[in-house]
Amino acid sequence: MLRLEKRPSPSQAWNYATPVLAVALTMVAGGLLFLALGKNPFEAIRLIFWDPLFSEQFGAYSRPQLLIKAGPLILIAVGLSIGFRAGIWNIGAEGQYIIGAMCAAAVALAFYPTESFLVFPLMIAAGAFGGWAWAMIPAILKTRFNTNEILVSLLLVYVAEKLLAAAATGFMRNPQGAGFPGSRNINAYGSASNMELIANTGLHWGGVAAFIAVIFAYVLLQRHILGFHVRLAGQAPRAAKFAGVAPARLVVMCLGLSGAFAGMAGMFEVSGPARLISIDFNAGYGFTAIIVAFLGRLHPVGILLAGFLLALTYIGGELAQFMLGIPGAAIQVFQGMLLFFLLALDILSNYRVRLALPAQKGEAR
Amino acid sequence: MSHPLLSIQGLTKRYPGVVANSEVTFDIGEGEVHALLGENGAGKSTLVKAIYGLIRPNEGRMLWRGQPYAPGAPAQARATGVAMVFQHFSLFDAMDVAENVALGMDNPPPIRELAARIIEVSNTYGLPLDPGRMVGDLSAGERQRVEIIRCLLQNPQLLIMDEPTSVLTPQEVEILFRTLRQLRSEGKSILYISHKLEEIRALCENATVLRHGKVVGRADPRQESARSLAEMMVGQTLHVPSRRREAPGRPLLQVENLSLAPQTAFGTALKGVTLTVRAGEILGIGGVAGNGQDELLSALSGELRAAPSAIRMDGTPVGGYGPTARRAMGLLCAPEERLGHAAAPDMSLIENALLTGAWREKLVRNGFVNWTKARDFAEKVILRFDVRTPGSHVAARALSGGNLQKFVIGREILQRPSVLVVNQPTWGVDASAAAAIRQALLDLAQAGAALVVISQDLDELLEVADNFAALNGGRLSAPRPVPGLTMDQIGLMLGGAEGDSDVAA
Repeated sequence: MLRLEKRPSPSQAWNYATPVLAVALTMVAGGLLFLALGKNPFEAIRLIFWDPLFSEQFGAYSRPQLLIKAGPLILIAVGLSIGFRAGIWNIGAEGQYIIGAMCAAAVALAFYPTESFLVFPLMIAAGAFGGWAWAMIPAILKTRFNTNEILVSLLLVYVAEKLLAAAATGFMRNPQGAGFPGSRNINAYGSASNMELIANTGLHWGGVAAFIAVIFAYVLLQRHILGFHVRLAGQAPRAAKFAGVAPARLVVMCLGLSGAFAGMAGMFEVSGPARLISIDFNAGYGFTAIIVAFLGRLHPVGILLAGFLLALTYIGGELAQFMLGIPGAAIQVFQGMLLFFLLALDILSNYRVRLALPAQKGEAR
Repeated sequence: MSHPLLSIQGLTKRYPGVVANSEVTFDIGEGEVHALLGENGAGKSTLVKAIYGLIRPNEGRMLWRGQPYAPGAPAQARATGVAMVFQHFSLFDAMDVAENVALGMDNPPPIRELAARIIEVSNTYGLPLDPGRMVGDLSAGERQRVEIIRCLLQNPQLLIMDEPTSVLTPQEVEILFRTLRQLRSEGKSILYISHKLEEIRALCENATVLRHGKVVGRADPRQESARSLAEMMVGQTLHVPSRRREAPGRPLLQVENLSLAPQTAFGTALKGVTLTVRAGEILGIGGVAGNGQDELLSALSGELRAAPSAIRMDGTPVGGYGPTARRAMGLLCAPEERLGHAAAPDMSLIENALLTGAWREKLVRNGFVNWTKARDFAEKVILRFDVRTPGSHVAARALSGGNLQKFVIGREILQRPSVLVVNQPTWGVDASAAAAIRQALLDLAQAGAALVVISQDLDELLEVADNFAALNGGRLSAPRPVPGLTMDQIGLMLGGAEGDSDVAA
């Protein structure tokens, strides 16, 4: 029989080992899933994890995609991780991402076609504001009426999606678009365009922002008293109150910050790779970022690495869809399994597994 | 030749980096009340856990009436005839007594039958208990009865009791002792763990003393003085707290008609609490747990806000201030619950030093934490208050209760408070550490601070306090000077008898 024994203090070794183990187990379980779908599991895993980076055939296209996909994931996940550390669960980054993108697009469309170096910074501010404002809804409802921020933030994603559809087909539709849904091409509007900074790397301003966010979060959590209070509130809420942390202020700060980061990610996306506001603008980054945050152990550097890994599964997943005809949903299951294994293995950091043999029962008599 | 009930022979238990028990050997006879004495971290809990089947020793063996005994799980220990009453109760507030008892049994009978047996056992042993009452409404003493009766229903041969009296009033202790003596007269054995040496002298006929995991002495407690037992336990001469009493100075903390609604379903409301503490004075607040102690501390620390003028610091109204502002003014607190309230369990001692020391010790500049200074502060506390720990980087939960308590109290005292409020400063702390903590409190008062000491340990309050008041149902009695106070008067105050005149008369 297996028995769990609580460790006197959490194991550091397991803390680092579990993400690696979770990835390995996901590959095994994912392989079985692909096998059940009648595909060659080894080929599928190779297509997802290896070919996007090293295949001569696909590498040239896939490699830049890595930064393009990882950028928003990292930026959103860093914001979320700060809240998660404090035990404040913003599940609605996807919605904040959409609203941020719409606010940024609104600024761009309002200035169109005026060329000015002020437009782009203004869009960043608008994107951050949009995400922040959308996150303030669950924050205020929680602090005023004690609602559950998980439910409110999640449900607001669907409201944001409706707004997005209304914008793409109605108030933001391109007047010169022959009635097709979708806004003007913001990427093609010079002052508002989020250009690739170094050719063929996929690095745009969003990637830069993601790196800055990682450094910002690291400094905040390790060096700043606010970061200490965030960690304290997550680990020992009563001790945090005793230390003088006002829970309501912390909720507003954490939700606001993660909302602003998600909104900025939306801004960089709409002015860059996505090019315009369309009905299917959002690609699930806000949800995948939750996996990224946990896979990265809610640690900024871990999130950086996890962001690249999840970006890889996105690109590799597309490749596997295209090459082997694996259904898109199977890739989502694959990503979900990663989170599942990670959370399940987490118990090893805090507990020691003991093997209690039934034979020992006999000794007592 | 007759065998002892339980014979422990050369028991050794190692944890990574520490030997908790080393070659422990002793016997518990049939019908014997055997005391297990030792400081915190001496290895008492480890030993008891091995007997109860919660952990397995690395070496050594145990014999139960001459037969090998090696329980792999508590259920097995219970089947053999060992029962245990834990220091911290494992009861569910929202269930009634019978349901709680059933939850702890291996094969509970139907609840109606069980209720009848609970009444039967509770009458036999003089522990009145109504099986239909909600546990949330019970006093600490009654909760303990639930645990004891749960054990007695299994008809054990050996009853292990871990610090059973730390939550009881003097009257409840008397009832408990009658029960234990009755059990002994029926031939049952009791392994009694306590740091209250007078109790051990009154109850036990044999004592085994542990220090650093080893047996360092055996004694008949009836032949020893409390002081000689304590010195055996500590391994050195014991220091008795002392101070010169001086005329108190100006009032530093004034609480006037402080009332607060209960925070939870099982919380207590504070009703018109009024008190004044002067510079150099210690006010002792007694009372049975759950009568508003936690709430009073939270109201004073600023975790619960009150009307601004209900609490004054040196004349300034602070009732509306939060903990940070109050700390800045010199009003510091040390709550009862060490893990999770006074300290964050999974954080290091450095981080826990920062927890309350951030502003007063200037560990933070422009919002940025100076970790070097925080570590220095933590190490200063560790050094000055003799906190036994491998280092300041260790997580708070890895420390024994007494050591963490020394850290928590030291952390506040080293911040030079002008008013210090402590709740249960020596709960579960061994004799030498408790003496050190009390001395530190006395020194602080001597230096001109005003102190409020909330405790359930009456001896402790009478030892350190200048004035005594009792909390009962959220009301605070009028404080009375400790010199000249009799146990009868204290009993009346604890019981909630109002008014000074009729008590004094």
